[in-house]
Amino acid sequence: MIRDITIGQYYPVDSVLHRLDPRTKLFGTMVFIVSLFLADHIWSYVVATVFLAAAIRMSRVPLPFMVRGLKAIVFLLLISVSFNLFLTDGEEIFHIWILRVTKEGVRMAAFMAVRLIYLVVGSSIMTLTTTPNQLTDGLEKSLGFLKKVKVPVHEIAMIMSIALRFIPILVEETDKIMKAQMARGADFESGGLIQKAKSMVPLLVPLFISAFRRATDLAMAMEARCYHGGEGRTKMKPLRYAPRDRAAYAVFAVYLAAMVGTRVLV
Amino acid sequence: MAIRAEHLTFVYNQGTALEQKALDDVSFEIPDGQFVGVIGHTGSGKSTMIQHLNGLVKPTSGKIYYNGEDIYGEGYSLKTLRSKVGLVFQYPEHQLFEVDVISDVCYGPRNLGLSPEEARQRAEEALRLVGMKEKYWQQSPFELSGGQKRRVAIAGVLAMNPEVLILDEPTAGLDPKGRDEILDQVRELHEKKGMTILLVSHSMEDMARYAQRLLVMNHGRKAFDGTPKEIFEHYKELESMGLAAPQVTYIAHALRERGLAVEEDITTVEEARDAILRLFGKE
Amino acid sequence: MGIIKASKLIFDYIRRDEDENIQEIDRAIDGLSVDIEKGSFVAILGHNGSGKSTLAKQINAILVPTEGTVWVSGMDTADDSKVWEIRKRAGMVFQNPDNQIIGNIVEEDVGFGPENIGVPTDEIWKRVDESLEAVGMTAYRYKSPNKLSGGQKQRVAIAGVMAMRPECIVLDEPTAMLDPNGRKEVIRTVRELNRQEGITVLLITHYMEEAIRADRVIVMDDGKIVMDGTPREIFSRVEELKQYRLDVPQVTELAYELRKNGLAMPEGVLSPEEFVDALVGLHEKKMRQDQGQPS
Repeated sequence: MIRDITIGQYYPVDSVLHRLDPRTKLFGTMVFIVSLFLADHIWSYVVATVFLAAAIRMSRVPLPFMVRGLKAIVFLLLISVSFNLFLTDGEEIFHIWILRVTKEGVRMAAFMAVRLIYLVVGSSIMTLTTTPNQLTDGLEKSLGFLKKVKVPVHEIAMIMSIALRFIPILVEETDKIMKAQMARGADFESGGLIQKAKSMVPLLVPLFISAFRRATDLAMAMEARCYHGGEGRTKMKPLRYAPRDRAAYAVFAVYLAAMVGTRVLV
Repeated sequence: MAIRAEHLTFVYNQGTALEQKALDDVSFEIPDGQFVGVIGHTGSGKSTMIQHLNGLVKPTSGKIYYNGEDIYGEGYSLKTLRSKVGLVFQYPEHQLFEVDVISDVCYGPRNLGLSPEEARQRAEEALRLVGMKEKYWQQSPFELSGGQKRRVAIAGVLAMNPEVLILDEPTAGLDPKGRDEILDQVRELHEKKGMTILLVSHSMEDMARYAQRLLVMNHGRKAFDGTPKEIFEHYKELESMGLAAPQVTYIAHALRERGLAVEEDITTVEEARDAILRLFGKE
Repeated sequence: MGIIKASKLIFDYIRRDEDENIQEIDRAIDGLSVDIEKGSFVAILGHNGSGKSTLAKQINAILVPTEGTVWVSGMDTADDSKVWEIRKRAGMVFQNPDNQIIGNIVEEDVGFGPENIGVPTDEIWKRVDESLEAVGMTAYRYKSPNKLSGGQKQRVAIAGVMAMRPECIVLDEPTAMLDPNGRKEVIRTVRELNRQEGITVLLITHYMEEAIRADRVIVMDDGKIVMDGTPREIFSRVEELKQYRLDVPQVTELAYELRKNGLAMPEGVLSPEEFVDALVGLHEKKMRQDQGQPS
């Protein structure tokens, strides 16, 4: 299940998209998401599809890998499609019992499904082509203006990056603790809700203590390596825009114009 | 015969690109009351193997019998099996969670459905068995030293009255004295209570001192199975598996090469001392 | 004065209750004085709880003395204005490899220290390249630390310290959580850094075989230095070591046992080669004697 979520997974190949500045990709993804919500016409979707298909191709990430991310939203997809399908008023095509299917409903459901799918695939492209570190760097830099209103942007980015490093370690540790308690006769599956919640204590206490210990150790290790906040820090991999980033911004502009155009003109 | 494993094979992530064989056709039998050492480099499959023996990991193929019964047979209770085949993991931090030592040790017996009084009695017995003095019983397990935490962790499993005790590197991170104390305690359980012991360790010196039989794992397969003396004879093959023999075994071989008539199957300091003294006519 | 010097060092862990009243004082270091020569390889041995880890943290100014003074390259660790300079000069490697790697990619982790002290970007890359090369981890530079073995992770941690261009590295039980191969890997790396780059090494451990090739061995017990000398001197005192909950390598113990039983083995034998040579020599002598005086 966890393995199916492609958002947040990096796919290590070399492509134009991989080499783009993370800020460019963050901005592009935002543009794409906004554009999906602007789209209300079949032509808008044609433009969005072309844009997305081009991005997928350029990313050199195999399509099946991207589509796998959709498994995680199947349920959400079904709900929103059925809501739109059955609850939209308009010209009736047919009905089963009290559920009416209308022409408008079919249209809305189809658009909604495409929107959701494109949303997930679009954001997957960003995370598949950007390492978690570049992503946090990109966020830190893009949101730098928030520092002026006393938002600790650097600290938040650092926390995100450390969290990314420790998630797999803690997942593995959870598995070990579960096994250690199961060897003492613990049962994490059967019983009612209260019973289940109670059976989690022997799992959560060691996990919490271990996480706390890791945090203390890590804080000490960071201090020993002269970490003292964002002040006076340099970057090993500073973000610098290249000509390809300017080209990408131009593409985004054209794309957004096309999307607005289909909405206004058609 | 307590445990019999037949053609155990375990594959991780079967059917994906990350497919990996952790165990490959491993068979062995462990009779009641034996002290067995399990060695192998990191990733050799030894941890996966021992987790099969109490049903924590289900083999992809192959069978495990405990006292002649298939543990995945119909109606066989894995929970009961886990109380009979006790498994102590490497880090006590992964299992200690209660407010005090005695309650923590009660956790296992309570899971078996024993009454609080019975559980407490079992816990007290277990703590005495591992040499935890009464003054520690009401203490928080998190305030104990590394060696004491291990004892409590072992007691937590012993309180379920297992017939077989499996220990996964119980001495990692302990200082030399702490290591000897834990291993001596385990030996006592073996000798006095007649428990069957499976001990996973990286220390060949300890294996030579404590184990009656060694299982050597390499790349998911059983590479050797025999007495420590037999196994350490193959020190060259062991080296190619990222393992080694005790230092005295190397010394004995070097002495023989230089023409000194000492036995070649020496594995402990005491044996080496006696052999050399004999050579010099001092018995 | 050497690169590290401690004078009458005392350190207390103080536990306070909610009202900040002192509840318990635990003296971890008790009047310790020591002087470490620049460029030397010093092993500090002691059982768990002997105060050796506390001493390590004093050198990096993570802890500061309750009483007495610690100097690193002549700087007093209690001087707040010198803290970052001291941490730059005396790097530290900890026991748990997972809990000290910050980066999600090996090379980024190695660059973390230089980033913190404001080294310019080009220079960071140069240092990262050199440090990875020095610990033999260049081939793994683009990997995630989670994919490495314990020994490799510790080498990355060492590279992270090297990138700060330290004069001295303090390793606090770097091998306690590793398997025998990982242990060898880490010790080999540290020895090379000492020999080739002239880095002063303080290795804290309870594995005796790691101390054999040190220039100097210090044994701690109860917050004090109880033994101090060359490996040979220290390892010849087998009984005393056992009394401090320590052990000796099998070869040393065997030679010691033979001496006790009247064989004229040299004191403090450290390697199997040395042992075999000495014993073969003794045996030849015995044979000659036996032939010289046929009974």
